[in-house]
Amino acid sequence: MSDINSSIKDSKVRNLQMAVLSVGKGSQSEETGIAEIKMQTVDLDFFYGKFKALAQINLSIQAKQITAIIGPSGCGKSTLLRAFNRMNDLVPHARVEGKILLDNQDIYAPGVDVVDIRRRVGMVFQRPNPFPMSIYDNVAYGPRLYGINKRATLNEIVEKSLRQSALWDEVKDKLNQSGMSISGGQQQRLCIARALAVEPDVVLMDEPASALDPVSTLKIEDLMQTLKLSYTIVIVTHNMQQAARVSDFTAFMMIDANRAGTLVEFGKTPQIFTNPKNKQTEEYVTGRFG
Amino acid sequence: MTREALNQHIQQLKDEVLLLGSMVEEATLRAVDALRQRDIEASEQIIEDDMQINEKRFAIENAILILIATQQPMAHDLRLLAAILEVDSELERMADYAKGIAKTVIRMGDAQVAVPMREIASMADKGINMLHQALGAFITENAAQAYQIPKQDDEVDALYVKGYRLMVSAMVANPESIDHGNYVIWVLHNLERLADRVTNICERTVFICTGELLELATNDEDDEGEAESDE
Repeated sequence: MSDINSSIKDSKVRNLQMAVLSVGKGSQSEETGIAEIKMQTVDLDFFYGKFKALAQINLSIQAKQITAIIGPSGCGKSTLLRAFNRMNDLVPHARVEGKILLDNQDIYAPGVDVVDIRRRVGMVFQRPNPFPMSIYDNVAYGPRLYGINKRATLNEIVEKSLRQSALWDEVKDKLNQSGMSISGGQQQRLCIARALAVEPDVVLMDEPASALDPVSTLKIEDLMQTLKLSYTIVIVTHNMQQAARVSDFTAFMMIDANRAGTLVEFGKTPQIFTNPKNKQTEEYVTGRFG
Repeated sequence: MTREALNQHIQQLKDEVLLLGSMVEEATLRAVDALRQRDIEASEQIIEDDMQINEKRFAIENAILILIATQQPMAHDLRLLAAILEVDSELERMADYAKGIAKTVIRMGDAQVAVPMREIASMADKGINMLHQALGAFITENAAQAYQIPKQDDEVDALYVKGYRLMVSAMVANPESIDHGNYVIWVLHNLERLADRVTNICERTVFICTGELLELATNDEDDEGEAESDE
């Protein structure tokens, strides 16, 4: 951690974040079983221009656990995920009301460094999107952006990240080959390695396996179980069986009468899939929706 | 509405459970009748027919495994299928009680034994009646009804105690009848256990409806000494 963290300009902010982390502990454990909150949305509304895409989302993401967000197409899952690292800032006329807390600090507060937020909250997309450069450079890309140029340090980070993404053994002899030359499943793990190389706290995954074959899918799912020992993971998936297999907590979203995405039910994954409390959740997980 | 295939399979499974239940009811009433008539031939037929019940039980189990593997049921569907697996096995065990009674009739042959037939017939009627209600509540997923049915078990237990005492008195009065008298106690015990197992079906009905696995009180905590005279 030290290489990356020491390169962050405002380390005081980080220290403050660490200090307030303990404040969030256990604050809603009774209802949801959450022990330590890593991220939290508070009365979150999200607008694309005049259109309200998310309404009153109150969701807590437990540290070092996997939270799945499920729901029908257009319910705002990906919008919510992209709000977690301010990717939506890139969309014209996008606007947020309410708060999203990372370690109890509002990531949308004035003065917050968006680049730092995106380092701490990394993202993996549906289609593997390696940069058109070598495997090594793909992984080293982020650390270099943060000013790490020492070869030995970069070597260390690249190896560690590729090991963490369970790709090292498959690519260690061809690190100079193009990141586009490996299989789709390997490319996706390369993208995960690229996200891990900047040592994030949270990894957001938007349908990370939907473009992969079944074996590659299961490799990603296994990988997630290892990653959650060190990282907080939020995954959006259309595949309910996948959500059931990989996640500890599940959030179910639907659109309301105004077509805004709302959080219908949140709970531990076994409860959501065996005994959901909400009728809409029941209809969705049993496939009797629509 | 989506999931027509799963809905249809579930409906078929429910029909199969009712069919299996009616086979168990019939086997039990036939076994008690065979005891009343001391009909060895009918008893042998009951034992033979039990094979069909076992086959039906395995067919239901197999169909459920295939549904779980191919349809990936969740939530209520999953609870229902898990519950049918359990009820399927309970019904098969109940049929074994009927088979046990038939075996007892064969063992007793034409020996002179005082059989408390009124208590036995009444236990069978009440137990089968409870089973019938429990399967109805199960299929219609009526938790409120399922909560009530186990209370009737007290009447079966009272009849068991009465029959048991009658047999003990008879054996004390006539020690030579102990062997055969003991067989009759097995019959009483089998019918008492049948009614106990109805409670398990009611528990599964509550599980389907609420997701909670509860023990429903029957005031009968003594589940020890399970003798089916089956082995």
